[in-house]
Amino acid sequence: MELKSNCPGGPIEKRWEDYKFHMKLVNPANKRKYTIIVVGTGLAGASAAATLGELGYNVLSFCYQDSPRRAHSIAAQGGINAAKNYQNDGDSAYRLFYDTVKGGEWRARESNVYRLAEISVNIIDQCAAQGVPFAREYGGLLANRSFGGALVSRTFYARGQTGQQLLLGAYQAMMRQVTAGKVKVFSRHEMLDLVVADGAARGIVTRDMVSGKIERFAGDAVLLCTGGYGNLYYLSTNAKGCNVTSIWRAYKHGACMANPCYTQIHPTCIPVSGDYQSKLTLMSESLRNDGRVWVPKTAGDKRAANEIPDAERDYYLERKYPTYGNLAPRDIASRAAKEQCDAGRGVGPGGKGVYLDFRDALKAQGQKKLEEKYKELFEMYHNITNEDGYKQPMRIYPAVHYTMGGLWVDYNLMSSVPGCFVLGEANFSDHGANRLGASALMQGLADGYFIIPYTLGHYLASSKHPKVDANHAAFKDAEDAVTGKLKKLLAIKGKRTVDSFHKELGLLMWEHCGMARTEKSLTELLQKIPALREEFWKNLNVPGSDADLNQALERAGRVADFLEFGELTARDALERKESCGGHFRVEYQTEEGECKRDDDNFCHVAAWEYKGEDQKPVRNVEPLEFKYVELGVRSYK
Amino acid sequence: MNFTLNVWRQKNANDQGRFETYQAKNISPEASFLEMLDVVNNELEAEGKEPIAFDHDCREGICGACGMMISGRAHGPRAATTTCQLYMRNFQDGETLTLEPWRAKAFPLVRDLVVDRSAFDRIIQAGGFISVNTGNAADANALPVPKDNAELAMDAAACIGCGACVAACKNASAMLFVSAKVSHLALLPQGDAERVRRTLNMVKTMDEAGFGNCSNTGACEAECPKSISISNIARLNREYARAKLLS
Ligand SMILES: Cc1cc2nc3c(=O)[nH]c(=O)nc-3n(C[C@H](O)[C@H](O)[C@H](O)COP(=O)(O)OP(=O)(O)OC[C@H]3O[C@@H](n4cnc5c(N)ncnc54)[C@H](O)[C@@H]3O)c2cc1C
Ligand code: FES
Repeated sequence: MELKSNCPGGPIEKRWEDYKFHMKLVNPANKRKYTIIVVGTGLAGASAAATLGELGYNVLSFCYQDSPRRAHSIAAQGGINAAKNYQNDGDSAYRLFYDTVKGGEWRARESNVYRLAEISVNIIDQCAAQGVPFAREYGGLLANRSFGGALVSRTFYARGQTGQQLLLGAYQAMMRQVTAGKVKVFSRHEMLDLVVADGAARGIVTRDMVSGKIERFAGDAVLLCTGGYGNLYYLSTNAKGCNVTSIWRAYKHGACMANPCYTQIHPTCIPVSGDYQSKLTLMSESLRNDGRVWVPKTAGDKRAANEIPDAERDYYLERKYPTYGNLAPRDIASRAAKEQCDAGRGVGPGGKGVYLDFRDALKAQGQKKLEEKYKELFEMYHNITNEDGYKQPMRIYPAVHYTMGGLWVDYNLMSSVPGCFVLGEANFSDHGANRLGASALMQGLADGYFIIPYTLGHYLASSKHPKVDANHAAFKDAEDAVTGKLKKLLAIKGKRTVDSFHKELGLLMWEHCGMARTEKSLTELLQKIPALREEFWKNLNVPGSDADLNQALERAGRVADFLEFGELTARDALERKESCGGHFRVEYQTEEGECKRDDDNFCHVAAWEYKGEDQKPVRNVEPLEFKYVELGVRSYK
Repeated sequence: MNFTLNVWRQKNANDQGRFETYQAKNISPEASFLEMLDVVNNELEAEGKEPIAFDHDCREGICGACGMMISGRAHGPRAATTTCQLYMRNFQDGETLTLEPWRAKAFPLVRDLVVDRSAFDRIIQAGGFISVNTGNAADANALPVPKDNAELAMDAAACIGCGACVAACKNASAMLFVSAKVSHLALLPQGDAERVRRTLNMVKTMDEAGFGNCSNTGACEAECPKSISISNIARLNREYARAKLLS
């Protein structure tokens, strides 16, 4: 398949503006004739649903939670970037663009990234107008902080609850459209298939999670805003329900899956404490503004942290990366932590942890000042670990956090299935091989508030849509497939629970395709996953029926998809014979242990195309060109 | 640690419902309350029995999905804590715990510990927003907001919409929830234009949804996992009086 990015040419600063001007518009009076299906109510989905409703489209909005307000975006803590340059510290759209391309190791499209940086400023304006209670200075103007991977202060925040406040802003805007009659909400509805009719996405099939009813919804376009799939690894910082199902269904209908091997592993999470553990908790990266990361210099040093004198501590991030120090980007900080722990210098149970120490910040600023910035985070840490971060350093360890990969989309955010658009973390677009902190919230809202309203209109206005309703044969096929699969899951009646399979898969992924990958580990993984999948379909036990609320059945459906998707991830990781960002192949590293890219052979997007149940997927390639941010070495020294 | 659990089991809204007893064995004190339930559910599932249904998602105390009465208290014994952020070390080994869903007329039961809180969405739909279409905004710094007001607005905006306030209140009143949103938006200059309409509409919808009246007992504040203050209820009462006067 030829992947056409549809990126405009010309000077980078003018591209989006010119493109917008040349896009077709839908006659305002005709908008109400279109029905748009929006799956997901996180920042991407809620902002899209609200904005499209305001424009006059009929929007059907779906989420699996009991209320749209609970989408996983709510958990984002640290902040959202915008090139406002309110701090007068040299920021600009161009610098944000530059940082993002470099931070992503030159594996994202310049046109997309510039557009994101350009739009970032409008997002803050919009959110402030909605009443998002951003942090402010005494003069009443907005406050900023700096975040990993940046030397300017461009991150806006609302205490440690930035995602919550941004999401509530978007949710409220969407609720306003419910009252206006333009948005209809279907909570506790899980999308289980995409419907492609006559070559275009025309609807979805869902399961009402309370009544078990399988339903068909038809529309003129489908927007998948279903978030990331970090739960492929079982343990991650994601919410428990995060899944790959919606985009995996789209993949099977011809939407290409891009770069699934790029996994972001976040350096500052609370370490694993036992095998009952259901998720890992992120300690916001903003803590690295004041906390210093270290391990004892001697392996196996068992003294309490506070008894280890400075001379015997290795502040390894400051030592290795003097310019960025503790603010080194996530992939780099995570690998550095792993390196220390692998060498036996890790701290805490099992040696799987490093210290994040606030001693010096406490001395310089006092506890009150730190409380102002991080009160909830210190409380959360205390509550979870029973340790007081003010009295002894926190212990942290890397954990799966974000997925840069996702469905391939063109400049219009449209996948390779016409009419199927993908927004937010679910697409692959803007972060390349590594996402910088505070950039996911920015991307989700850019996609939903400011990009899709234009590109969707262009699609609707420039293509002919024969009337398709839910009686079309494609809907029946999709419904039959969904019902068949649910019945099959319930009929196995084996001996193992869904969670036991999910945990086993997660551990396999973490060990073979986690922070470090090798040809050997990936080849092994490619044998182990199909075997596990086979056992799943023979030995799973899902109690209950499909005719009412059945949480075991919900989980089983998601794990069944992870068991297929994990294989594709491993394949992608095996084929990308280079190291970059969230994909570290041990064979390809510099003498200092940093990523060694291979721009001659891998300066491209890999987008996988489904070819049928027992067929090998095809690896399509979209070459990437860099005219503005020259290909270079990503150094944070 | 070991626990005996008396759990409310009810297949659906039409079922009568009853308590059933389960044993939670060998639980780590470092496990969270929901992880303890995961262990119990896994054992049930392995025996082909249906797991105890409960709502949850983020497990970080922010999405507001989780919540149940634990031995008579909303989100359990620990102050300012959601069920998912409650750790088993907060309980005594051998303790018997009673698990019930939120009980309120406005929150119909769905299954076991899961209830329908869509009434909260309807209250927000009635006016819990600022009417600004995408693209209409002026520069964010064009309208300064005094830091103290911004902080107070943020205190109120921290509500996670879990419904514990309703469950804890003997009248099943939703005043804390409604007042938090009214306060958040009334404290900001951006929200000023719609203050009157918002307050009246939200209160009206709250009443219609079947929530009870507030009798100033303060149980909501005591059980709120986000420590939303009842001073917000006082503010809502002032806003309501002002709105009545002006409308
Ligand atoms: C703990 C944590 C902290 C973070 N902090 C930050 C931060 O400070 N700054 C930053 O920029 N980024 C942060 N991120 C990343 C960021 O929060 C996410 O990338 C972003 O919010 C994703 O938004 P989204 O709209 O794409 O998807 P989500 O918010 O994940 O929403 C997905 C939606 O899809 C729905 N859905 C999913 N599958 C289905 C289905 N099959 N059927 C129906 N509905 C479905 C869900 O119900 C939900 O409504 C953080 C992430 C985590 C995990
Ligand atoms: S699960 Fe999200 S608040 Fe408890």
